[in-house]
Amino acid sequence: MSALTSSTGREGRRSILPWLAVPALLFFVGFAVVPLVGVFVLSFTTWDGIGTIHLSGLTSWRAVLTNPGLPHALWVTFLVMAVSWAVQTPASILLGTFLAGRQRYRAVLSLIYFVPLLLSSAAIAVAYRALLDPNFGLGAGLGFEWLSKDWLGRPWLAFGVVVFVVSWQFVPFHSLIYQGGVQQIPQSLYEAAQLDGAGQVRQFFSITLPQLKYTIITSSTLMVIGSLTFFDLIFVLTEGGPGDATRVLALDMYKRGFQADLMGPASAIAVILVLMGLAIALLLRRLGGRDAGESQLEGV
Amino acid sequence: MTTTLTKPRPQKTAPRERGHRPGATARRRNWLGGLAGWLWLAVVVVPLYWILITSLKARSDYYASNPLAPPTDPTLDNYELVFESDFISYFWNSVVVTAGAVVPAVAVSFMAAYAIVRGWRMRFLRVANGMFLMGLAIPLQATAIPVYLIIIKLQLYDSLLALILPSIAFAIPLSVLILANFIRDVPKELFDSMRVDGATEWGTLWRLAAPLTRPAILTVTIFNALTIWNGFLLPLILTQSPSQRTLPLALWTFQGEYGVNVPALLAAVVLTTLPLIILYAFGRRQLLSGLTAGFSR
Repeated sequence: MSALTSSTGREGRRSILPWLAVPALLFFVGFAVVPLVGVFVLSFTTWDGIGTIHLSGLTSWRAVLTNPGLPHALWVTFLVMAVSWAVQTPASILLGTFLAGRQRYRAVLSLIYFVPLLLSSAAIAVAYRALLDPNFGLGAGLGFEWLSKDWLGRPWLAFGVVVFVVSWQFVPFHSLIYQGGVQQIPQSLYEAAQLDGAGQVRQFFSITLPQLKYTIITSSTLMVIGSLTFFDLIFVLTEGGPGDATRVLALDMYKRGFQADLMGPASAIAVILVLMGLAIALLLRRLGGRDAGESQLEGV
Repeated sequence: MTTTLTKPRPQKTAPRERGHRPGATARRRNWLGGLAGWLWLAVVVVPLYWILITSLKARSDYYASNPLAPPTDPTLDNYELVFESDFISYFWNSVVVTAGAVVPAVAVSFMAAYAIVRGWRMRFLRVANGMFLMGLAIPLQATAIPVYLIIIKLQLYDSLLALILPSIAFAIPLSVLILANFIRDVPKELFDSMRVDGATEWGTLWRLAAPLTRPAILTVTIFNALTIWNGFLLPLILTQSPSQRTLPLALWTFQGEYGVNVPALLAAVVLTTLPLIILYAFGRRQLLSGLTAGFSR
């Protein structure tokens, strides 16, 4: 706490500034930093969620690391992350450039696009479960054979549904980010390219895409880190099933912790989640020279 | 219209951007984009339309009719059933948790953001800022188990306060980041003249910085309200009894209770989303800028 009083302003007067940050810090430390350290500590314990907590060394880690469920959950998490990124990014860039136009109907379209963002993941999952029902859902009613599959009953179909629903929910958000990015590209670049006789496709790949570099990094960081937390959607939509086809890490953590009462191993999985989030953020930062957080602070 | 979408952040767009001109891309034709645009419209609208019309169908109608045909005999019975299932109580819980978390979260974030911008010279504040930034890179859901433990130790398990406290903490990093960005754009001369007039930092905070960054405060408020209103994990692990249930969790239990009654389930989906739709209708700009929350750079 000495920092609070010792670091006074340039003028040498005592400043209340540090104190202004204290309430936010208290909340953040109490319910985010302490839990973050706590989850690491808990991964070395045995706890059933109700009784007393016992230190148990590496027991939980051994249980988690030798469980074949872990590589599977890691693989599913990675797949969801990679495939949903690969689906969402081109779609968002395309829609973002489209929405960047000034035409009025595009503004109307964008208003409609954003409605899915208002729905909770739970609401979306509940609705899609009914919509995809092979007997009474959309496919059956329309008489489209290809639409009336047992969508949530087959591993790969269920995986595809998860990716689709994630995209349905989040593509609008990322389109909005790209829309802002495209609108900030200086018009003169396009004028120059046009004088040089560059076609539209060429302009897109030589100007739009490179100029969107930081937007792509920001959006990708949000997508990828966000994909680690698709808990509620998958929980309500498939509960990780069929079998454990869509059992991502976050779900694995919940099921082991709160359903199987194995808080120790569940904490170990949470630690893996945290490390993955940090690793990805650092990686993307290296890739782009800066990350979503710092891009906001640059040019200050 | 598109320009109005970016407008809520007027201070952000101006001089530092690279020659930004609104609607600069307007004249370029983009066939592929156009195709994608209309296709996506269908992808978005069909499920939404289906949710709405199905929620107005009688159960028999749901099984018999084409799913995309409007109800032959629209009924509000499903909505009635949802209201009879304690919907009001869940709704109220959601309101309490959202308001109870958003107001303090924005207030403490604003104070912290102000301190970070004005006191950047102080190491303590830079460290604090670094911690908040780190919070952005970490999936906070991973802290679920210790949060659960802390809530039990505080004897708050199965109460609305149990949902409010962690929600505040989780809202802080992004809120501080966005608010700090906006406070940074307040001209330094204004701060200086406040000081010459003898204003304290506390006074400057509320009488200068807050009014000048009102759009940002509104944006952050709406973003946090949306996130917390739709929150699922915290209610799932921190509450137990129906009397403390919030809407998203209630939806999930509805699914278990009358899973076969799809029209009623979808009426519940519509009702839980209705407040946000109304908010969207009135505060479209703030909501949209709230959703992207300063990421469009």
